[in-house]
Amino acid sequence: MSDKSHDPNQMTGAAMIVRALIDHGVTDIFGYPGGAVLPIYDEIFQQSEVQHILVRHEQGAGHAAEGYARSTGKPGVALVTSGPGATNMVTPLTDALMDSIPLVCISGQVPTHLIGNDAFQECDTVGITRPCTKHNWLVRDVNDLAKVLHEAFYVATTGRPGPVLVDVPKDVQFATGTYHPPRKSDVHRSYAPRVKGDATQIRKAVSLLANAKRPVIYSGGGVINSGPEATKLLRELVEVTGFPITSTLMGLGAYPASGKNWLGMLGMHGTYEANMTMHDCDVMLCVGARFDDRITGRVDAFSPNSKKIHIDIDPSSINKNIRVDVPIIGDCANILGDILQVFKAEAKKPDIKSWWQQIAQWRARNSLYYKKSNDIILPQHAIQSLFEATRGRDTYITTEVGQHQMWAAQFYGFEEPHRWMTSGGLGTMGYGLPAAIGVQVAHPDSLVIDIAGDASVQMTMQEMSTAVQYELPIKIFILNNQYMGMVRQWQQLLHGNRLSHSYSEALPDFVKLAEAYGGVGLQVTKPADLEGAIKEMISVKRPVLFDCRVAALENCFPMIPSGKAHNEMLLPEQANDEATAKAFAGGKALV
Amino acid sequence: MNQPASAYFIEERHDPNETHTLAVLVQNEPGVLARVIGLFSGRGYNIESLTVSETEAQKHLSRITIVTTGTPMVIEQIKHQLDRMIPVYQVVDMTLSKRSIERELAMVKVRGQGEHRVEALRLADAFRARVIDATTESFVFEITGNTDKINQFIDLMRPLGLVEVSRTGVAAIGRGPEGM
Repeated sequence: MSDKSHDPNQMTGAAMIVRALIDHGVTDIFGYPGGAVLPIYDEIFQQSEVQHILVRHEQGAGHAAEGYARSTGKPGVALVTSGPGATNMVTPLTDALMDSIPLVCISGQVPTHLIGNDAFQECDTVGITRPCTKHNWLVRDVNDLAKVLHEAFYVATTGRPGPVLVDVPKDVQFATGTYHPPRKSDVHRSYAPRVKGDATQIRKAVSLLANAKRPVIYSGGGVINSGPEATKLLRELVEVTGFPITSTLMGLGAYPASGKNWLGMLGMHGTYEANMTMHDCDVMLCVGARFDDRITGRVDAFSPNSKKIHIDIDPSSINKNIRVDVPIIGDCANILGDILQVFKAEAKKPDIKSWWQQIAQWRARNSLYYKKSNDIILPQHAIQSLFEATRGRDTYITTEVGQHQMWAAQFYGFEEPHRWMTSGGLGTMGYGLPAAIGVQVAHPDSLVIDIAGDASVQMTMQEMSTAVQYELPIKIFILNNQYMGMVRQWQQLLHGNRLSHSYSEALPDFVKLAEAYGGVGLQVTKPADLEGAIKEMISVKRPVLFDCRVAALENCFPMIPSGKAHNEMLLPEQANDEATAKAFAGGKALV
Repeated sequence: MNQPASAYFIEERHDPNETHTLAVLVQNEPGVLARVIGLFSGRGYNIESLTVSETEAQKHLSRITIVTTGTPMVIEQIKHQLDRMIPVYQVVDMTLSKRSIERELAMVKVRGQGEHRVEALRLADAFRARVIDATTESFVFEITGNTDKINQFIDLMRPLGLVEVSRTGVAAIGRGPEGM
């Protein structure tokens, strides 16, 4: 035997993968075994440092890893086999790319000599996932594996975070090579994200802020991705300047919903005051957000009279949709810190009393108003009740996609970052249930609730089985209106009320379904029973499917109709047939 | 004009298009060209011409020269999108620097006899194209120059019996002593 057999860094590719996970502090991974990853699963079996959560479908592994990542700030890890295992990961990878979630996916591949031969369970994984990852690698030599794995973690978590994928052929998993712990030279020299903001630009920004008459801060998911320091500094900036603040869907929680400068979320289903403030402001400070089309509405009428400052770590976010006056490229925490320092030294709190008076008038419109009923549960009321029942508790909320998601964003008050997991950019129905599993794995003693819709939740319902297996007491709070509510809302508003395939025909009995999985099913139909049922749901220490029967035809307002500007919102009390028809002029016959 | 019913704002902006030549220095590794091309197709950008070759073998560096068209906002996006790719070292807008030389090489096959053949040779001489293959009824010319010159030469060959053209696409380099 050679000396090499005693070298602890000599090991198989499969062992390197597990070793690299440990070296990067990974304690939990989500995955599904298959032919091309069996050597890795064999290594997992023989150790206890990394816990593996077996999902029921690879998409679930991806979303669970996303939930894990977003609720901890650490990278989420998924392990899947070749072919269908990898293609099932495409949705979560794309989701993580759109929402800048650090995700490391390791996929098995057929042995190198079979690549390109249409082998069993072969697919061009790096080709398929190239546009839906920040970067990906196919490792053909076991001696490259350690370097690539370390680089993968580095790329996923630095700069603008995102998903990465490492494709490892089965023969590389079996082959023996040399492992090395993470080191600087593992990373491409061409990859060096900028962290520190340009000092001249920061001065320009401060001068704009100090002289603002009608300012607004518009923050996004980037603040949360940047970490606790960015959140702290954002709050301090609001305090020091006295400026109003709104946030994107992804940014909720960075500034507390109970804070006095909070305007609520902005955008298509944002509050009237947030959107009007954005439209009429003279200085806009955008921190870690990207002027997405759900935020801006009509781009040529977006905040027409303001000077715009944009802080983003990704240069390609600058001037993509909206031209800005002062771009500052770098990490939010760094730049907010610099802005605060200069502001405190050289400026004083601008007098914006009349601006706040104007905002108070907009607030008084009470744009989130809805009519409560004693007979039927309004979805907004259900979320408010859930919020009241969980207030002050250690709670994490995930959602699916649709009306329930917007109502959750509007009516659930987030006080802290990392507490709100939702699919913003990609809008993935089926995200919330597996994401809740990931969150619960990361926070075993916390209350984790997936606010769901009856249609979305069926897309990844099989993960209930995962929750039961690992005794993860997630609560699936289904706002059941028996429709794909948001699809129906658009059909009502834009397609002549022809409700093409948006009715949830043949819904399962969610209570029986929960029981079939070995979980707990609850159903509530009357407003009077809601509070008690929510209490019961929280007290049960098992996975719960909560079938909350809500008003079937309630729609989500306020709303900026497409092609309209922020100051052309449709408010709930105006949403009668005539006003709706007018707002959606160009749409055909209406509701 | 009323907008059609849509969940998106679908009115397009109509800023005038510009043509830019970008030099992109990349790590020469498997898939890097696919990444660059995929970016263009995935985001709907145009590629007018693409030239790629390894330029520094020891450092595994390749240089990609891309001629693209788009509005100024789109061109800016393209550069940022390229620059944030992991294996991309540097993106230089050769058009913006206004101090760059662009060259293309073309091989042009012309078939003909008699007066046409003589005329083709005469024009080739005027354009400083070289004859690199000849038969009694054909020539292959090699010509280098900027894109306009080559287009012009090809247009002139058309009535004289143009058979086919092979072009390298544009390569560009900055003037003066500095590197990129």
